[in-house]
Amino acid sequence: MVKVLIVDDHRLFRSGVRAELGPQIEVVGEAEDVDSAVAAIESLKPDVILLDVHMPGGGGQEVLRRVLGSGSSVRFLALSVSDAAEDVIGVIRGGARGYVTKTISGRELTDAIVRVSEGDAVFSPRLAGFVLDAFASSEAPSIDPELDSLTTREREVLRLIARGYAYKEIAKELFISVKTVETHVSSVLRKLQLSNRHELSRWATARRLV
Amino acid sequence: MRTCPFTCDDAPEMSETPTIPEAYPRMVRPLRGRIVAGVAQGAAAQLRLDPVVLRLAFVLLSVLDGLGVLAYAALWMFTPREPNEGEPPGRDWGQAAAYGVLGMALTAFGWLTGASTGGVGTWSIAVGGIGTLILWQQAEPGRRQRWMTDAVRQVRRSWIRTGMGLLLVVIGAIGFLAAQGKLAEARPGLVFTAVVVGGISLIAAPWLTGLWKELQKERRERIRQEERAEMAAHVHDSVLHTLTLIQRNAGDPFEVTRLARSQERELRNWLYQPKADADASMAAAVRRVAAEIEDEHGVPIEIVCVGDCDLHDGLRAMLHAARQAMVNAAKYAEAPVISVYAEVEAEEVTVFVRDRGKGFNMDDVPDDRMGIRQSIIGRMERHGGSARVKTGPGEGTEVMLTMKREQS
Repeated sequence: MVKVLIVDDHRLFRSGVRAELGPQIEVVGEAEDVDSAVAAIESLKPDVILLDVHMPGGGGQEVLRRVLGSGSSVRFLALSVSDAAEDVIGVIRGGARGYVTKTISGRELTDAIVRVSEGDAVFSPRLAGFVLDAFASSEAPSIDPELDSLTTREREVLRLIARGYAYKEIAKELFISVKTVETHVSSVLRKLQLSNRHELSRWATARRLV
Repeated sequence: MRTCPFTCDDAPEMSETPTIPEAYPRMVRPLRGRIVAGVAQGAAAQLRLDPVVLRLAFVLLSVLDGLGVLAYAALWMFTPREPNEGEPPGRDWGQAAAYGVLGMALTAFGWLTGASTGGVGTWSIAVGGIGTLILWQQAEPGRRQRWMTDAVRQVRRSWIRTGMGLLLVVIGAIGFLAAQGKLAEARPGLVFTAVVVGGISLIAAPWLTGLWKELQKERRERIRQEERAEMAAHVHDSVLHTLTLIQRNAGDPFEVTRLARSQERELRNWLYQPKADADASMAAAVRRVAAEIEDEHGVPIEIVCVGDCDLHDGLRAMLHAARQAMVNAAKYAEAPVISVYAEVEAEEVTVFVRDRGKGFNMDDVPDDRMGIRQSIIGRMERHGGSARVKTGPGEGTEVMLTMKREQS
């Protein structure tokens, strides 16, 4: 059983998600803003937090900052209707282990939660597209080549995610194990979070301003 | 004179009575806010002008043949003081100094140009100047008033600036006189004129910056209002319109889904997508094609685009092929969603159209079915690109299209 806390300011959406989740998931609580989310995480000790990006009181990024900033190792999965690169890259850089859009099916969301609870990363096709775009537009010299660029294999995996492939399908396509696919995705997540290239954030912001 | 009947204490229109101006109010010299004797202020109230205009007019006329001083003195004598009880309020010496400096500067200027000796030309300048002042002040009284009080307040606040301006003007005037004494030495004359101008601009600087800031503020305000209006217009044209249509079609689930989906897509594009010309940019064109198929067949299409480039004939052919692939997926695959991925790389452009539908066997497709062979594979090859179809019964279908980015 994976203990999940749902953080979203729309009550209807929270109850909808609750109803859709599979039997492997136990919803231990709900929160509707930043303060109640931080309090609920401390008292309920969930394994995974389903985090909305836009919320009163600073949004998902503020929850991430306050919870992860205090040394907690709880795992976050961002769930949003937003398509803005700024939001997507923002929550990932803030420490979320994945990003899925609210149009995701109940079964896929259940899989994603289980995957995040096991320490893996979850990328939606759109997030994969953003990452490919962001790392492709790197013309400035990088400070740390290991962190600031993707390997060929990582690129291939991301491309397949963007094409709508599930991890299992990617493994089959590339003749590797699902575990290896997960390793590649986690490694991309780490680069995305740790890369100092300020260009990444700037790229996300600029995309919105064009 | 009071026009109000004595019963007005109880009458409801009482409150309106004092606001009706008397037909010929007497001119008085107010004590509050006066600079010399309150003449300009009184006259300004009478003429419904800004006192600053009249003060400048008096200064200007005083420079020309001293007529302003004469007029001022006459009005001072014939105008009664405003009745006032208790200690009269003090004068604003800061403003007095500012007007004094202005007068001196104008005098110096008059000497320099020889304008103060009178004559028709001079008078026309004076009349024109005062007229312009009145017109300018009448244009938009509210705003003028704000500028003026701002400017005066700033002048008052910055004693140092006024002092420096005064000093420069005095030096300029003395220097000018000295230069006059030495006769026809043009260069020092010019130098000191520059000093005078410098002094005047030093005095005027806060007023000018205030003016500039005001203009900027108004510009920003206008832009914000335009944005708000655009937003409102957009919401009205699209969202409200769609909501009406959805209510009207409430009994038809397919139509409701289609409307909601197309409105969602439109709103997302408007909010998140860079504004791009669908006839010129690859990513925008892919989105447009997918939107059309979605509207036509009611199957959601998830689009991910990486990179972008300008369209050329080869890429347009590729778009047609991609459209055909999407149509096939929407019509025959019976998949809940279609994924489209377009990537623009340095050398080539790739488009993937994928569904998790029922798939088919390539060899079973009869030769007369033109969809895949001609519209997709044939078209791509004719334009120097390539197409690959990966499918099998129960495995879904993926069409991969590749085209060189530069037309050879």
